[in-house]
Amino acid sequence: MSTANDIPIQGGAAHGNVRPILFEVLHALDKLLDDDIPTTIDLAGLPFGPGELEKLEAALGHGELVAQLNALGTSHIRETAYPGVWWVEHRNVNDEVTGRYIEITRFPEILSSQDADIGAARARLRETFE
Amino acid sequence: MKYRPTVGEILQAKGVSRRGFLKYCATTASLLALPPSMIPRIANAIESARRPSVIWLSFQECTGCTESLTRSASPTVEGLIFDAISLDYHHTLQAASGDQAEAARHAAMEENDGSYLVLVDGSIPTGNPGYSTIAGISNVDMLMDTVKGAAAVVAIGSCAAFGGLPGADPNPTGAVSVQDLVTDKPVVNVPGCPPIPMVMTAVLAQFLTFGQIPDLDKHGRPLAFFGNTIHDRCYRRPFYEQGKFAETFDDEGAKAGWCLYKLGCKGPTTYNACATVKWNQGTSFPIESGHPCLGCSEPKFWDKGGFYQPLSTGHFGSGATVAGAAVAGVALGAVAAAAGRRRKAKYTKEA
Ligand code: SF4
Repeated sequence: MSTANDIPIQGGAAHGNVRPILFEVLHALDKLLDDDIPTTIDLAGLPFGPGELEKLEAALGHGELVAQLNALGTSHIRETAYPGVWWVEHRNVNDEVTGRYIEITRFPEILSSQDADIGAARARLRETFE
Repeated sequence: MKYRPTVGEILQAKGVSRRGFLKYCATTASLLALPPSMIPRIANAIESARRPSVIWLSFQECTGCTESLTRSASPTVEGLIFDAISLDYHHTLQAASGDQAEAARHAAMEENDGSYLVLVDGSIPTGNPGYSTIAGISNVDMLMDTVKGAAAVVAIGSCAAFGGLPGADPNPTGAVSVQDLVTDKPVVNVPGCPPIPMVMTAVLAQFLTFGQIPDLDKHGRPLAFFGNTIHDRCYRRPFYEQGKFAETFDDEGAKAGWCLYKLGCKGPTTYNACATVKWNQGTSFPIESGHPCLGCSEPKFWDKGGFYQPLSTGHFGSGATVAGAAVAGVALGAVAAAAGRRRKAKYTKEA
């Protein structure tokens, strides 16, 4: 046994957080389809035990779309096996997780090109013609 | 007055894209325990916020609080919150020393009169003023002089918030906390030994974003982080409810991850966010590593009996109530949780 990571974590993950969150996701899908209201669940405030976050991630699974954002560190944005349910993970430049969210939306806002950046892009491109 | 750029201007100058900015705002919302729906409001507020001046004073302390904070302030999203403040005076981090350093403190105070933040780590000796001096100035004099024009004071760590280790019995230096001395300014306490870096960052982010200090509990701690006990949010809680306790550090219960109450865990009476925010970039917290909570964010935690004595020995606040249930080993959580809820409701009302 050479590092802390080699020590097996025991005690199971019987903390009961996965099911309530999946219920919350289900209600959020209702809201999205019926009222066109997106929801974001911030996973930072939830008291996950060892292995529980991984259980939740596995329960939601992987879908068709994966995106990577490179701004102030890497962010991974991917649709889960449930269309409309996105797993969003922000990391800093040291590759440490700074935020984890489940977004229930058609398209996570952070993936859209932003007006401020589009404006700057237009100016930059224009300069190349001058 | 020196031009103080807005946070939006600072980020722009660093080449941060709008997407990067939205990521920054999402992190800030998480930090402040605000719902993600607040992100647009946070974005508006942060963009136009002016860079606040911060003066950091270190008194009777071990520098652990600064260590904790600077470990979190590498060039990261959270680190940008630090780039967004102007740290005009900090003994450990500043390059200037002696008269030059004191001149920087006075210049920051004059330029930002009425709007700067004072951060303090360490307790203040009130016995012989010679116990702790900086540039020949006693800690009391430096504190009282510096807070005169401050908008608010943040006491970082249990020493500044409650007297901490220097104030532990028999308190040889007559150590007191910031709030014992500063009574005419808002004082935010961010206790912990050390405090969770993210909580320190959050208080700064709140001030930066909304220009105000967060809602506080009766000990002056931000409710967003100190509104629940460790026990309220502990992942071992189901074992507590079932009466399954580790009796020694190497028994079967300890190996199976059972509740650490009988090994002295102070989680039921300790208000802090370790169980959710965690430590070392969110890796774990003491209980997850198999060690009971010491209760380091509570006043006078050094003087409350042995760290490995169960709360049933009664030194820690509501110990007797919680212990009664624990020893019986049945329906334990209900008692502590109800006590916790009552306490929280009371604090919210008082805040
Ligand atoms: S007593 Fe300690 S280990 Fe047990 S559930 Fe409470 S906080 Fe967790």
